Amino acid sequence: MTPSPLTFGQPHPFPGKLIIVEGIDGSGKSTQLLLLQKWLEAKGLNVVFTEWNSSLLVRETTRRGKKSKTLTPTTFSLLHATDFASRLYHNILPPLKAGLIVLADRYVYTAFARDAVRGVSPEWVRKVYNFRPDMAFYFNVPIEVAISRLLGGTRAQLKYYEAGMDLGVSQDITESFRIFQSRILAEYDKIVSEYGLITMDATKDIEEQQNEMRHVVSNALENYRPKRGTHGKRTLFWRRFNVPKSE
Amino acid sequence: MENERYFGAGLTYLNPSDLKGKLIAIEGTDGVGRSTHIEMLQEWLEVQGYGVVTTGWTRSSLMSRTIEVAKQGNILDRWSFSLLYATDFADRLEHQIIPALRSGFVVLADRYIYTAFARDVVRSGDRNWIRDVFGFAIVPDLVCYLRIDVDTLALRVIETSGMNYWESGMDLKLGADLYDSFKKYQSLLIEEFDKMAEEFHFEVVDARKPPEEIQEALRSKIQPILKNGQQMLAQTTVPESTAERS
Repeated sequence: MTPSPLTFGQPHPFPGKLIIVEGIDGSGKSTQLLLLQKWLEAKGLNVVFTEWNSSLLVRETTRRGKKSKTLTPTTFSLLHATDFASRLYHNILPPLKAGLIVLADRYVYTAFARDAVRGVSPEWVRKVYNFRPDMAFYFNVPIEVAISRLLGGTRAQLKYYEAGMDLGVSQDITESFRIFQSRILAEYDKIVSEYGLITMDATKDIEEQQNEMRHVVSNALENYRPKRGTHGKRTLFWRRFNVPKSE
Repeated sequence: MENERYFGAGLTYLNPSDLKGKLIAIEGTDGVGRSTHIEMLQEWLEVQGYGVVTTGWTRSSLMSRTIEVAKQGNILDRWSFSLLYATDFADRLEHQIIPALRSGFVVLADRYIYTAFARDVVRSGDRNWIRDVFGFAIVPDLVCYLRIDVDTLALRVIETSGMNYWESGMDLKLGADLYDSFKKYQSLLIEEFDKMAEEFHFEVVDARKPPEEIQEALRSKIQPILKNGQQMLAQTTVPESTAERS
């Protein structure tokens, strides 16, 4: 009826795989995750994608709170935890139990890093979240590279909360972004060693990073047995006629 | 460093040492009469000259609408529900309760974190996680627990507001209909409240008695707390006899 208590310490017992990416804004993690998804799908695997802070109900509340500027570090943190819990229950656990691959753009480490910078107790945040991924990539990028990527290309403007303007460290949004994200980088450094995240050099060329990532993922998926409910793809159709090796 | 005014890790960016007011929580299950008694207590305290602020479960400006929407069926898992309640509580804690305590008000809380504990434990059987989540809460100066048995409660609820989906714990599918489910769910909650009453030293008040007696019992629990903290006020503005009887 209700899921058994989960702890962050142990790997989950389900047949699916949860692969997540972390990194500050402008690190290129979303691009890399998208390319990984294309590759996995081309291999005929079923992939489910989920994104930080994307559940509708919580998002609307966060928007309201941001608008009225009444969010405190704790309520900000708890809203994101609620979003995560809801996505864990609805979008992550069912596909993992069914044996699919789940890709997550940002994961609990985002909360560990951001909330610590906003002054919330790091021990407390770690207790609120309780589900460990199978593989976690951290895209490490120097702050200047991230800024030039964000200002120069894909997104022309920095956002208020992304820049940590609520902390009041600087009136200038670029300067505030620099200070806030630098502190987050420092938190990420601690998290990487604490949880054994796989660090990627995010200053390298996109395809070079992607090749490395695919290499690591295919090694990790060696024993993964794909599951699917439909047999639309040819690759899998033919596999049904193979003689099982073990018998 | 953990501060003893906090339940767990606390709000690390907020020092609770200058909280002059008193935080009094009234706990008890659904329909036990908490809000009626809080109204009377507020009146009684204000007559004595105390500033009073009341706060209630899911009443935060940030979350009340969200929780309503969630209850209509958009979120059904216990983690999200507990975290929605925690967010609501955190919002009220930082925007109402702590500012009021800092200014020396008596804060009367209609339900406190223990309600969240009971509801989550009944659904999950796990006591640790929910207590960790509420580690940022302030420990109340006093918790009064309005205790009732489930049979009396069922009669009382049917006679007044009627049974509803959530108070009956229908999401847990404990019984065939509203009545069976209500009784099973509320017995589980009461059982958990009883355990917490010992663990967290609640002042237990028998809620089966007539309202006047319950109110009298609540006042006698609250009075000593006030005198310790605000001796000056009590002595200069309220003569002993009026305070006791009004």
